[in-house]
This record gives sequence, structure tokens and C-alpha cells, in this order.
Amino acid sequence: MKIVVAIKQVPSRDSQLRVNSSRTWIDDADFGWEINEPDAYALEAGLQLKEKVTGEVVVLCAGPERAGQTIREALAKGADRAIHIETDAAGPSDPLILARMMARALESEKPELVMTGLQSDDLGYGQTGVILAEVMGLPHATIIMNIEQAGAGIKVKRELEDGWFQYVEMPLPALVTVQSGATKLRYATLMGIKRAKTKEVRRVPAAELGAAGQASIRLDRIYTPEKTKHSQIFDGSAKEAVGKLVEKLRFEARVI
Amino acid sequence: MSGILAVLEQRDGILHKLSLETLAAAQQIGVELNAGVFAAVPGSGIDAVAQTIAGYKLDKVHALDHDLLKQYTPDGYTAALKPLIEAHRPAYVLFPHTYQVRDFAPKLATALNRVLVSDVISHRADNGALVLVRQLFQGKFNADVRFAGEPPYFASIQAGAFRADNLQAGTAPVEKITPDLKSEQIRTKPLELFRESQRAVDLGAASTIVAVGRGIKEAENIAVVQKLADALGAELAASRPICDNGWLPMERQVGSSGQTVAPKLYVAVGISGAIQHLVGMKGSKTIVAINRDPEAPIFEVADYGIVGDLFEVVPAMVDALKR
Repeated sequence: MKIVVAIKQVPSRDSQLRVNSSRTWIDDADFGWEINEPDAYALEAGLQLKEKVTGEVVVLCAGPERAGQTIREALAKGADRAIHIETDAAGPSDPLILARMMARALESEKPELVMTGLQSDDLGYGQTGVILAEVMGLPHATIIMNIEQAGAGIKVKRELEDGWFQYVEMPLPALVTVQSGATKLRYATLMGIKRAKTKEVRRVPAAELGAAGQASIRLDRIYTPEKTKHSQIFDGSAKEAVGKLVEKLRFEARVI
Repeated sequence: MSGILAVLEQRDGILHKLSLETLAAAQQIGVELNAGVFAAVPGSGIDAVAQTIAGYKLDKVHALDHDLLKQYTPDGYTAALKPLIEAHRPAYVLFPHTYQVRDFAPKLATALNRVLVSDVISHRADNGALVLVRQLFQGKFNADVRFAGEPPYFASIQAGAFRADNLQAGTAPVEKITPDLKSEQIRTKPLELFRESQRAVDLGAASTIVAVGRGIKEAENIAVVQKLADALGAELAASRPICDNGWLPMERQVGSSGQTVAPKLYVAVGISGAIQHLVGMKGSKTIVAINRDPEAPIFEVADYGIVGDLFEVVPAMVDALKR
């Protein structure tokens, strides 16, 4: 099965992020980058599926030059090759314009299954996968826990709300967005890291994909949220702070 | 119609609880923008639920009724709603931010060459235009989002952004529509819904909850927080990553994919407070946050907070409670 896994590079989870001076995005310095966590689970699910049914896993990533590092890491984990859509914009991208670029970049690939994480840790729109499916004309299913081959198609386990699940049968080609946490993530082996250096990365400048257009939504301003509640924060040593907290819980909130 | 269209969710004739909040959003924004308010509900055999919706102050309810909409599919729902939007040309199309909406609304918006603003937590009207607020970076920042280009504009509304008890009652006409659907348009085949296990723990009934998140680092450390739960006579709960890792059972998960709770005391330990967690607990009477990151969004909903290392703070709190 030819599988494409779309991944995104985002700031490392523990980064101290600051809004930039124009309040349009974050300050792009002083922190590390890593694969968007839900995409790491999509990659893992793709690699496991390939091991079961044989085939190829191609990683697709749009981003500036630094995204090359995240692509290498995906190759080191076992992806066979990669497509890097080179963008110069470090800031947020419109998901519809991005999906059109991704669809163009995949035109020659004809994947049977496209996978991605259910949302990104930065913008968190939770839409790029579904939009890409519509742009490519593929059926899709979201928030998938498990994928198995079923005849000429696949059978996927969807997570619903409130502890409910559902199996959905789908023809191929198709697109699924993968839920995080359904399986353990693998680490790259030393051999994998070595091999990754020789694997093919097809670089496609975003401008060549001709998908530029008018964005239909725009981020106007980014800011630290105002507190909706008046919180009391207790300082001092751990012992002093909890002393004040327990007193408040007993005599002010009266909840203990 | 150039008004506000609320697309509501029902299953087996029962409205999803967020549907009424979205209807309240449509009514409120309708007043602010001086626009008509309409509702659409897709399904099969939905006369009764359409009548329920018609009991609110609306210009019209569109009941999209078809056998092929009995079970939800993204293809079926998109094929049913797209012609309605094209025919009536609403300025705004609002959805409840449910798992189902996350599955089909981006597809519907794409089919109409638009991008959905997902997961809206608040709004304001600015010179006749709507500015929507949503979170970025898992709640660390908020963003004001504006629409560009021509309507329709699409948005999904997060739980708690609007209050269903503000809904205005009324009598709306119901227009029953049979969408032009063919079975071959629907490419996916949904099977029965199921649950994996009976829930043995009802967190909703607990008066005190101590919840633990990523900050706990390792499964062995859960014991540290269990001691605090014991000292408070509380149920132990967790954010999603803890349950995904198998450190606590899924039935102890609080948040949009777990349980919704509103105890009198909720102590969040090492939980940053992503929106998916907050929607499950922000109705708690008193919220305590213990986290080493002073910028963690959990502090925005906390009544009391301690910024510090949970491995020092939690044992100290257990000691203090004994005194």
C-alpha cells in the first residue's frame, strides 16, 4: 500500500513562547522544533500499517528550511522517502491554500492512503486533513484509533464523544486523521538515523505549486488571554504556599 | 436569506447538548448584527426534533430529512447542506464544535471555497462584522480571527462560549426538505456504535476531584497525587495523555473525550489546561491549579494557584491537610 503521511513541524512542547512585536505570530527564536505530536502518531500508524501489508511510506511536510530536520527524523524512524514543500513563510498558513499545495505536490504520487494527525499543536484548527481529502476528492474519516485492511478497502475505528466508538468501512484511496495515544511511538534506531541520510527528499518550492490565493480567514491579533477569574496565586516556599492555600480552601471557599 | 444559519446536531431524535448553545449563539449574533436567524437539522424521521427547535425564536427551521441521513456520514451531510447554503446564502453558518462537526464542517466549507473558523470561544461585533476568538498553542494564546472575502462565513462554537439558558422561546415555521441524495454519493459505510467497557467510576458524582496531567512525568509518580486525593477524600482523575499512556484507566479521564465534571473542589496538578480539558471541568465551583509554568492556561480558570514544582507542593499540601 502506498501511504503518504502529512506532518508538520511545530515549536517543542516545553518552549517558552512569546508573541512577536507585530502581534501576528510568535517570536521565531530561542526554542527548538519538533514533529507535531498528533502527526507523530499518524506516522507511527502509517509505519505499522506498512509493516503489516507491505508498501511504502512517503512523508509530506510543508515548511521553511528548518522543517528538513523534522523530515530527517521521520525518515530515521522508517519512512521511505519524503516530499518537502519549501515555504518561506515562518508564520501561520491558510489551511485551504496549504491543502491545495499538498494536493498538487501529491499529483504524481497517487497514494492509496493519506494520513495525518487530527490537529496541530500550534494553530489547532483540526482541519487540514479533512480539507485535503475534499481537495483531492477522497473519502475521509477523522479521529481514528486503528486501521486494518478489509477487502479492497480499509476498516477504521473512529473515536466518538463520551466513550463511544464506531467502525467505518472505506474504499481506497482515502484519507484518515489519526488520534494521539492509541499506540506507543517508536524511537529512531542508530541504523535508521544512518539510513535516513541517503533517503530521497524531493524538494518542491511552494511557488511552483501555484496554489496561492486569497485566504478566507485571517488572524488579526494574537495575545495572552485575559484571566476570566480573579485568581489568587500563593508565593513563598512550598510549605508557606500550601499553608495559605489550605487556609483559603477551609475558611474562604469552605470546600474542605 | 443573508442571516445566521445554525446547523444543529441530533442523534436518534435527541439534540446534542451543544446544539442549544449554538442556537443561542445564532440568536445573540442575530441581534448584534440585526440579521435573521435560521436553523437546519439533518437526519431521518426528525419531525419531532424539528418541532422542538421550532419552539425557539427563529425565522425558520429547515428539516433536512432523508433515509440516507439516518446514519451520519461526511459525504451525506455535506451533500445535504451544500445546496441549502447555496440557495439561501446565509452570511454566517454556525455549528456546535462536536466530533461530528469536526468531521464534516471543514469539508463542507472547502466545497464552498471557504475555511471554517473552528473552536470559537468568544466573539464581538465590530462595525457589523464578526470578530471571533479562538485559542492557539493549546490555550497559551488567544487569536482574534476575522473573515476575508465574500460570505458565507463558517464557524464552530466551543462548549461554554454561549449559554443555552439565554435562549429566547418563540414559534418558528418548519420547512421539511428532502435533499437530492443518491446512495452512490456516500462512499464510507459506518457500522454500529459501541462502547468498550462499562464505566465503573462516575466522576460526575464526586464532590472533590484531584486530577493529574503530563507534569507527573512517570507512572510511578501517580502515587504522589493519589496521596493528595486520599487526604482530601477525593476521586483521582486525569487529563488525556495520562490515560493514553495507560497510567490511569480511561474512565478517569476528564475533558471533551472523557467525562464532564463540576465538583465543589477540583485540584489540577501538572495540567497545563488545553481547551479539551477545560471544557470538561471549568464548571467546578472552586478550582485549584498547581503547575510549574506561570503561563499555563489552567491558571486562567483557577480560583487559587501555586506556581511551583508539584513534587514539592503536593507532599507539602498532604502534610498541611493533616494538621
